[in-house]
Amino acid sequence: MEGEGSAMEKNPKISAYYQTRLAHFGVVSSEWLAQAQSATNPIPSSSTNTYPDNESNFSVIDEFNRWRNHPDLAEAVAAIRALAAVISSSKASTMMQLEIELKNASDSLKAWDTTSISLTAASDLFMRYVTRTSALEFEDFHSAKSRLIERADKFGEISYKARKIIAMLSQDFIFDGCTILVHGFSRVVFEVLKLAAHNKKRFRVFCTEGRPDRSGLRLSNELAKLDVPVKLVIDSAVAYTMDEVNMVLVGADGVVESGGIINMMGTYQIALVANSMNKPVYVAAESYKFARHYPLDQKDLAPALRPVDFGVPIPSKVEVECSARDYTPPQYLTLLFTDLGVLTPSVVSDELIQLYL
Amino acid sequence: MDARRAPRAVIDPKVRKVGFFAPPDPIPLNISPSVNSLSPVMIPPPRHSSENLNINTRYSVTSPSGEESIAISSSSSELFPPPISPAPSSRIVAGDGGGIAASSFPRGGFDVTAVKASIGVPVCKLTTVSVVNADSLAIDEREKADKGGGSAMEVKDQAMNSKQKKEKSSKAERRDLQEAQRAAKAAVKAEGNKPSGSVTSVNLKSAKAAKPPQKVDNTSIAASEKKGGDRPSEKDRKKDVPHPRLQYDDKSRVEKAKRRAVVNQTEARNRVELFRHLPQYEHGSQLPDLEAKFFQIDPVHPSVYKVGLQYLSGDISGGNARCIAMLQAFQDAIKDYAVPPEKTLVRDLTAKISSYVSFLIECRPLSISMGNAIRFLKSRITKLPPTLSESESKTSLQSDIEHFINEKIILANKVIVNHAVTKIRDGDVLLTYGSSSAVEMILLHAHELGKQFRVVVVDSRPRLQGKVLLRRLVEKGLSCTYTHVNAVSYIMHEVTRVFLGASSVLSNGTVYSGVGTACVAMVAHVYHVPVIVCCEAYKFHERVQLDSICSNELGDPDVISKVPGREDVNLLDAWANTENLQLLNLMYDATPSDYVSMIVTDYGMIPPTSVPVVVREYSREQVWM
Repeated sequence: MEGEGSAMEKNPKISAYYQTRLAHFGVVSSEWLAQAQSATNPIPSSSTNTYPDNESNFSVIDEFNRWRNHPDLAEAVAAIRALAAVISSSKASTMMQLEIELKNASDSLKAWDTTSISLTAASDLFMRYVTRTSALEFEDFHSAKSRLIERADKFGEISYKARKIIAMLSQDFIFDGCTILVHGFSRVVFEVLKLAAHNKKRFRVFCTEGRPDRSGLRLSNELAKLDVPVKLVIDSAVAYTMDEVNMVLVGADGVVESGGIINMMGTYQIALVANSMNKPVYVAAESYKFARHYPLDQKDLAPALRPVDFGVPIPSKVEVECSARDYTPPQYLTLLFTDLGVLTPSVVSDELIQLYL
Repeated sequence: MDARRAPRAVIDPKVRKVGFFAPPDPIPLNISPSVNSLSPVMIPPPRHSSENLNINTRYSVTSPSGEESIAISSSSSELFPPPISPAPSSRIVAGDGGGIAASSFPRGGFDVTAVKASIGVPVCKLTTVSVVNADSLAIDEREKADKGGGSAMEVKDQAMNSKQKKEKSSKAERRDLQEAQRAAKAAVKAEGNKPSGSVTSVNLKSAKAAKPPQKVDNTSIAASEKKGGDRPSEKDRKKDVPHPRLQYDDKSRVEKAKRRAVVNQTEARNRVELFRHLPQYEHGSQLPDLEAKFFQIDPVHPSVYKVGLQYLSGDISGGNARCIAMLQAFQDAIKDYAVPPEKTLVRDLTAKISSYVSFLIECRPLSISMGNAIRFLKSRITKLPPTLSESESKTSLQSDIEHFINEKIILANKVIVNHAVTKIRDGDVLLTYGSSSAVEMILLHAHELGKQFRVVVVDSRPRLQGKVLLRRLVEKGLSCTYTHVNAVSYIMHEVTRVFLGASSVLSNGTVYSGVGTACVAMVAHVYHVPVIVCCEAYKFHERVQLDSICSNELGDPDVISKVPGREDVNLLDAWANTENLQLLNLMYDATPSDYVSMIVTDYGMIPPTSVPVVVREYSREQVWM
């Protein structure tokens, strides 16, 4: 934890979540270079980790980082896998002990990045899912533990396969000749488009530039490799091109209880424009991203900041809005593509109530 | 069928007036019933069987209402084979002369079904119409028996007026049919089939249809033969409790309810047409009456009596307070309860609780929270294991009530407060309307936590409940602004959050709360201010309501005409004598779910679309309890 902690301290304004993304898709700019280097340093001094796990030498953060290094793996899935590993390598002898261990591990994971909603949500859901089975009560510890491991693995599998399921479910919505507007580089959305291209559908994609991450550039790169016709539009040109667009497809950092989504800055804007022009807005999100937040407005979120590089130096008196994400209320969203199925936004709360009650 | 309606002749039956209008003078009787064109709002009912047409073609007037009665009887005839032949004979029994025969004409259609009812048919919703009609007929019969000639005149009068009102009443009939069906259905749920069923079957004569859930039990023509004018009042009391949502424009039901009422209420004059289905009584007349009657009323336990008086005088108001007071009174009643010999605890106690409830309804109509609590209590009673002794059952019930109050009200409030204070940030301006206990707790707790915010309290006449809240907040040191609901759009631009309480939240997300709440929520919505409704989960109801009219409560209209502190404003003092003037004092209104951003309950923060999920989960939890 020390290594990560020090890296975090050097970059108080960048949430670790974005550091990870940066690490995987290193877009190096003048300001970012040094920060990126230290951020991508994976396990500098894991041996000196002061993870308060006295029962064993197992460090959940280690495990997490190990999983996280796969560029394709979602962070939340890495967390789930790490937590599953905690159970299997736990030396606890009673159920209570095991649950306490799990809770500690989950807390430390959440503390690693407090701004990542999917991480928090996935950890919470994992805890609920795993400990919710009533069979734990009367069995002896070992069989209960193996059952827990079973469930944990199953949850991990589901989360891992979530993207494939979502891609499959969304195929019906992409018809021949359609134009899709995409914002931000979501791996789920990319999976959807990849599968559609693979199924020989004829469609074209408008990518927003996605400043300051320049996610649009990366996405257009990838899509071009798949021979999908891509057009890059700058963020301000969204309303201009909305006439030609048939649907908007975005991913989500988190899906909140009201049915709205938290996603990269700019999503709210695009949803508003699409809504006023009667274009459907589809969100592709895995179900472990359902979080128990309920923001009432934009400022109700935990802030996640990210410095914006304008290319030219800015006078120090001038403030820069550097929030990295925004909240799109549910009335602007048409459908959510999740691994639980194609849902309307109001179903999110139903699922959460059923799980948490 | 029209005998149920008070004799109010409508001048032009082609135009159905909806809304506020004074009932015109009764028109002279010689207007021929030839004005039988369809009123613009009536939907001609489908005709099913031609056999029933024969019955009615005897009568000269073939009005749409006649069709209506055909439709009703034929629609029920779809379900059972109609024995037509006994019908004429029963009609002869019913009518004993030309005038009376004319009076029974509009009800001709139901004779068939009435006879069917005596066969002993199973419960069917469609037969409720015949039930209602037969009921009115039976009442008329009884009145005839009791009052001889006078009633004949009255019936004749009704008959004449009934003809003119046929077109109008057919739409009303459909409504009443719906109401009766709904009431019957709800009566099934509210009272639980077995206990009330067994109780009522004791009272019904054997020839009667065994329809336990129906609250109107004198179902058929056979009732007229029995001439039940001297039914003992004790039996009356044991009969089905008037449903909390009894529609008060149904004259016969009101008559029945009055006959076994403990509280004598005089109906108000000058009632608003649109709200005739709600009870409205002269305020201030019952209290001395009730106080005098205290020692004469055995069946009502003193605690329940006390609570009823407190409701009547307005000492206890607010959903939680009323519910807790009622439950505690029931606790006392159960403690003092002793099972009479040869009766089972479950059934007798349920009947007793029902009688208490009917007493409370007479004092003041039930709020939805109280209704849910009563349902809970009755389900606990029916679930008592028969092996328990009487004292054990009583203590178990008392502890159940205690648990309910603790978990569902007191603890729930704590959870709500914890959730809601997370939505208050420093620098916020919070607006609240009226006086809600949950909102008050939230504001005080947030202040204790040290958050910096200020409060705008919006108030409204005539109850001016905001003043009470204001006083309490200022005592604790919050900085408050006080204004009237007229100024809510003026002040809304400063506000960052709106916190509202609710009397209930319905299944479609509609918030049912004190009158004026909908206004505030709508204005907040326009200004893009989030509206947060704080409501405990036990107040949720699976009902759906689309407007504030079909179910509401009418308060005392006199308080509108007076302004406290301004004795010189007395222009409306004689409002009751003015025919064209009606005063309306509504107590509740319904806020559509679009204006509500979030509902905070003890299940957490949920969007209004998730209310049916909570209702479902909540009822399931009750089952497991």
